[in-house]
Amino acid sequence: MSTYWRTFKTAAWLGWEMDSNWTEPWLFVLYSIIKPVAGAFILVLMYVVFVAIGRPQGDPDAFSYMYVGNSFFIFVASVLFGTFQVIQSDREWYQTIRYVYISPISYYVYILGRAASKIAVSVFAVAITLVFGVMFLGVRLHLALTDVPLFLVSTILGLSVLLAIGICLGGISFLTAKHTHGLAEGIPGLFYVFCGVLFPLSVLPEWGQAIGRAIPLTYWFDITRRLLTSTSASTSTVNTTLQGFDAPTILLFLVVSSVGFFGLSVLIYKVGEYFARKAGKIDMTTSY
Amino acid sequence: MSVATDRRTDLRYRVGLNLRAVVGRSYPRIVGANREPSWIFFEAFLPLLGIAAYVFIYQFFGFQATAAILGNPPMCGNHVCASVAEQNQYLAAVNANTNALIASVVLGGTMVAFWLNVLWSMASQLYWEKEIGNLQLYMMAPMNRMALLGGMAVGGMVMTSMRAVSTLVAGIFVFGVIFQVANPLLLLAVFFATLVALYGLGMMFASLYLLWGREAWNLSALMEEPIFFSSGFYFPLGGLFRIPGWGPAVAIAGSFIPASIGLDALRQLTLGSTAFGGSLWIFNVTTELEILVGMAVLFLILARYCLAYLETLAKREGKLTSRHQ
Repeated sequence: MSTYWRTFKTAAWLGWEMDSNWTEPWLFVLYSIIKPVAGAFILVLMYVVFVAIGRPQGDPDAFSYMYVGNSFFIFVASVLFGTFQVIQSDREWYQTIRYVYISPISYYVYILGRAASKIAVSVFAVAITLVFGVMFLGVRLHLALTDVPLFLVSTILGLSVLLAIGICLGGISFLTAKHTHGLAEGIPGLFYVFCGVLFPLSVLPEWGQAIGRAIPLTYWFDITRRLLTSTSASTSTVNTTLQGFDAPTILLFLVVSSVGFFGLSVLIYKVGEYFARKAGKIDMTTSY
Repeated sequence: MSVATDRRTDLRYRVGLNLRAVVGRSYPRIVGANREPSWIFFEAFLPLLGIAAYVFIYQFFGFQATAAILGNPPMCGNHVCASVAEQNQYLAAVNANTNALIASVVLGGTMVAFWLNVLWSMASQLYWEKEIGNLQLYMMAPMNRMALLGGMAVGGMVMTSMRAVSTLVAGIFVFGVIFQVANPLLLLAVFFATLVALYGLGMMFASLYLLWGREAWNLSALMEEPIFFSSGFYFPLGGLFRIPGWGPAVAIAGSFIPASIGLDALRQLTLGSTAFGGSLWIFNVTTELEILVGMAVLFLILARYCLAYLETLAKREGKLTSRHQ
């Protein structure tokens, strides 16, 4: 266990250094703010344009739904990318994977450690985006003191699921060429579409809603939104299709699916690693 | 003058050499990438999901607006609908605007493919080549370095076209977007002028990124969402002018990226200049084409100068090929 902890700590430190040592701290902070805020502004402008030409009275419920979902989606994009890109960057960019891989540590734990720095930066970006929304865009947030433990538990579970999904992708990327950017865009896109991040599941066709309900992130976004937004599910004009479940039930769904995804991540990682070793692909480079 | 020297200064030989360099550098992108079958899934299919999300947002807004119009009481704008005819008129307007906005997203998604290719496979490429040790070979090779960048650009355009085409096809067949192309020749002219200007910018960035070293990767990452926002990839750029104060300033700054003007012109040519009530366009198409041609020429010239500066620096400091800096 102490080896695992030492690996995790060292990998987290390495990840932080690699993320932040390319520039001055103030520029790093600025960089960490601009990207998520600009991402939020794309949605703000989409809303502004629609209101300007289609619905002059506005739709605050829809806007809050979208804004909070988008803020927490920063975790998804960042943590997923931070996890699966470890293998590809070590293999293709730094070409150090062979040295790390043969060292007497758990490479699985090493990947988790490398991703930890991304989580730290994401917490900061999510907070900035939410505060910006509250201060300048009229987003109404309200977290009751009694809901704080539930919020923390659901956030930890949500992040664990993200790490598990990232490891699954890492296992697959053992076998593929350098598709970091396709994966970085595509997999979050999958969750963007099916998990009710920016629009409720009711917008999707039945089969799309079924896919969404099979992904734990759907429940994470739903419970987070319930705890943070002041509009209650019964008064909101947005039909999430999950109003029939109370918060503890949603949390239960999240717990069960998190455990399932953790098991899946170990399985996919081991299978990917096995076939990569067999095919001699652990340290391949595909630079075209 | 020796025969070899005489041959190297011969114009026909130099043109042939540089054309071969263009073909040679574009070859691995066009052929090499397609040898990896998983590429199609990762680079063409998966990114479609991100575009789909933006399409569904507009559909969500459309559903919400429709529900308000059909609600009790039925709302037409800020007032209760006076008659069924007015209600129908508002419903038709919401449907038309939603379709036009979805079409805007599809066109923006097509351009996103090219912009990401410019950032990650043009601008960052020389830095990447340095890291993996190819740059010194390029610097020693006898062809013009612009031919090398040209080859990268041609290969990148062809490679990215698949993703762009799949986005368009998905837009038409999956999301039911209707494009009305009245002037296909002008559309092609705008499209290719936009691409040349974009890749010219990428060629310029390629040299600059090499000078900026490790910040290059982060700069590329930083030029995704902020550029998608300021250049109106997912909404008509004119929407920014609706925001008093900072909106027009951001729109003008974003217009320095050729994709913004190009997208505005492409949207006008495929949706009709009367879409959105004609209130969200920047200039007319002809003016935008002229601006794009000007940008293309300017960026190619600047790329040549940046590359020349880089070569001078390489010779003077002798550390251009030092890795991890």
